[in-house]
Amino acid sequence: MKKASLLMILGSVLLLGLFVFPLWNIELGAPQYPEPLGIDIYINGLQGQNEFDIQNIDGLNHYIGMKTLPKPEDMWEFTVFPLVIGVMVFLGVLLGVLGYTNKISYKWFFGWFILMSALGVLGMYDFNAWLVDYGTNLDPKAILKLANPDGTPMSYKPPLLGHQKMLNFDAYSYPRLGAYLMFVGMCLTLIAGYLGWRYKKINGTKQQN
Amino acid sequence: MKKYKYYLMAIIGVALVFSGCGNGGTKGSSNGALGSSAAEKVYVAPGQQDEFYAFLSGGYSGNLTVYGLPSGRMFKEIPVFSQFPTSGYGYSEETKPMLNTSFGFVPWDDAHHPDISQTNGELDGRWIFINGNNTPRIARISLSTFETEEIIEIPNSAGNHSSSFITENTEYVVAGTRFSVPVPQRDMPINEYKSNFKGALTFISVEPEHGQLDIKFQLLMPGFNYDLSHPGRGDSHGWFFFTTYNTEEANSLMEVNSSQNDKDFIAAVNWKKIEEYVNSGGGTKMAADYAHNVYDEGTHTGTTTMKKEVLTVDPTKVPGAVFFLPTPKSPHGCDVDPSGQYIIGNGKLSADLTVHSFDKMIAAIDGKKFDGEAYGIPILKFEDVLAGTVKSGGLGPLHTEFDGQGNAYTTFFISSEVVKWKLGTWEVVDRKPTFYSVGHLMIPGGNSRKPFGKYVVAMNKITKDRYLPTGPEMEHSAQIYDISGEKMELIYDFPTHGEPHYAAGCPAELLAPNSKKIYRLDDNKHPYAVANPSEARVERNGKEVHIYMSTIRSHFTPDNIEGIKVGDEVYFHITNHEQDFDVPHGFSIIGQNTSELLVMPGQTKTSIWKPKKVGVWPFYCTDFCSALHQEMQGYVRVSPANSNLELSWSLGED
Repeated sequence: MKKASLLMILGSVLLLGLFVFPLWNIELGAPQYPEPLGIDIYINGLQGQNEFDIQNIDGLNHYIGMKTLPKPEDMWEFTVFPLVIGVMVFLGVLLGVLGYTNKISYKWFFGWFILMSALGVLGMYDFNAWLVDYGTNLDPKAILKLANPDGTPMSYKPPLLGHQKMLNFDAYSYPRLGAYLMFVGMCLTLIAGYLGWRYKKINGTKQQN
Repeated sequence: MKKYKYYLMAIIGVALVFSGCGNGGTKGSSNGALGSSAAEKVYVAPGQQDEFYAFLSGGYSGNLTVYGLPSGRMFKEIPVFSQFPTSGYGYSEETKPMLNTSFGFVPWDDAHHPDISQTNGELDGRWIFINGNNTPRIARISLSTFETEEIIEIPNSAGNHSSSFITENTEYVVAGTRFSVPVPQRDMPINEYKSNFKGALTFISVEPEHGQLDIKFQLLMPGFNYDLSHPGRGDSHGWFFFTTYNTEEANSLMEVNSSQNDKDFIAAVNWKKIEEYVNSGGGTKMAADYAHNVYDEGTHTGTTTMKKEVLTVDPTKVPGAVFFLPTPKSPHGCDVDPSGQYIIGNGKLSADLTVHSFDKMIAAIDGKKFDGEAYGIPILKFEDVLAGTVKSGGLGPLHTEFDGQGNAYTTFFISSEVVKWKLGTWEVVDRKPTFYSVGHLMIPGGNSRKPFGKYVVAMNKITKDRYLPTGPEMEHSAQIYDISGEKMELIYDFPTHGEPHYAAGCPAELLAPNSKKIYRLDDNKHPYAVANPSEARVERNGKEVHIYMSTIRSHFTPDNIEGIKVGDEVYFHITNHEQDFDVPHGFSIIGQNTSELLVMPGQTKTSIWKPKKVGVWPFYCTDFCSALHQEMQGYVRVSPANSNLELSWSLGED
């Protein structure tokens, strides 16, 4: 159980990477942008891949009537996400420590993992909703108004994950180091739960003491 | 019958020999090109980039053009001494001061010799310098912005030709006068030229960090013509060499009268010695008027300072600083090899090249082996300083460059050829025709201790049948030779802008990574810049109206302006708010008497407009910036001079 608890602590601490590294990245390349424009998405705000990318993306987006990219104060997510992650790291470390001193069972580890997964899914859902809003909720006075073959207005929503061709742009959307650290961290907490379960199975009631 | 057949064959044979001779040059080169796939050597595929930058002076166009080697593609024209409507240089209020001189606004010059800054004798790619011949000036151009940053006028000088060559740590740029003139200028009979006129050799110091120019001293030499110059290298660092002609000091029928002496001189100047003399208080301050124009990258603005004084040095007051090296007949080119040992003086009226040895010169000076003096300056004995002679058999040798492999390449103007020869043995290795009348040639870094001897570019004066004819006037032609092998190979030729008088080249990797892509808006210190479109406004100050305008794809803020009156002076101060590489915005307004502007991202430029007629006058962007480029426009309403209409403008409201 000691090994499991240490893994639990390590796994949760890896989530702190989100405060340093970007969670996600959307890149827009086009013939006239041989060096693609890119947005790094952090849990507390957006940053250009290069210094002036945000300004340049906004400059292009105004042709299709897209809102300018949000500043941290424009979206509640950028305040709430760091809090959620902070709390989850605290909880994870706390559970790990309690596990180490045999105060709680491995089931708590699974519980943390399930809660974190649920939050992750909610985050992705929210992120997607945000992309849909930015890509479809366009200024009616937009300069360029393009329609799909069926007549519906074209959406400029970048893909949630992967590549999509949007007019002259190739949009790429992929997780970045922060997300990978979170993923590895969550895997570690899952393994911690498994190790805790196996430990209990082998040592039976001994552990209860 | 049989005999006739022989006769016929003999005639055909003779005809073939003659035609073979007659077309030898061109035919041989085109066959050779196919045989060795010259096309592949110069082909830079779409999307690929050249290996070298080449900066060709524009001669009488007063600017500098940037080409790629080996492709010969032109990338940019950098205005230096000329007004340039393409960018508004010399027309915008910020750049007009760059063309100020003590003669007033001189929007043209004859720009000849570019030279790239060096550290320890190697190209460092910070700046390129170029001379203006006609109204003597030296310019410094930044090699990160490719913009002219500074121009200093040279007083007491005329025909600023033996310029702008630099010492090996860019300590000095020289500005040697071709014409000697009265110093100071005065009203005097021209036929009293002899011993009254002076030749000023000006040493301009370069501030090591920012490159700011300042005339350190002027050496007032005898009244010869100082044609070309070159700094020493390595052991000869600290010396500067100048070819002279007209040591006869003739003043009329120069063609004949200045070509009488069998030998003229190369003047060897120990500038370190003169520098010491000056630093310890030597020299004479002389009243002089000259302009010093500096462009500030932060304010995007040039300013002129009129200077009133210059420090002159009499060479006879600094013993051991200046010597004359006799050199056959009216030498033109003056070139120093990368080791600094050999000083090559090419006699434009002779067939041979004269090479002096620096070591022998020092030995002769130490041994005080003089052959008389001229105006108190010791003349060394020709035989004592001669390292060797290149017997070339060509006609009219002009300029020499070096490949760093112990070879030298000399152009022959009269016989139109480039001759390759070996330093030390003086033997001719190869010769190739040029088309036609070649002046300078350039090997990237050939003016430094470390040449990049892969290509030589020959710059020709006469184009004739090389390209499709364009009426009596043709652009000049430049030719690229591959010199990586023992024999030179002509691989490409291309027309150039203006007169490609001389050139400087360097590896692309030295400049490309430092080339600026935008000006940062947050570093813009122009007094009339607007940092945010919401600050855009119009202000009246008497008859002056200042419009603080911003641009972004694809609109001007403000776009409709009313309350302007006939007789006003309207200043459009335009700040480009883009922060994206290669997205300039243009500005032009009907009836403008200057030119349009091209404003780079993050930059502010000002155009003055004096409305003469009542009406509603449009302005628009001249550079295609977006799909809505045509819509990038606005109007200025001009009311009668006595109108009471208040100033008003629109800031993008619906």
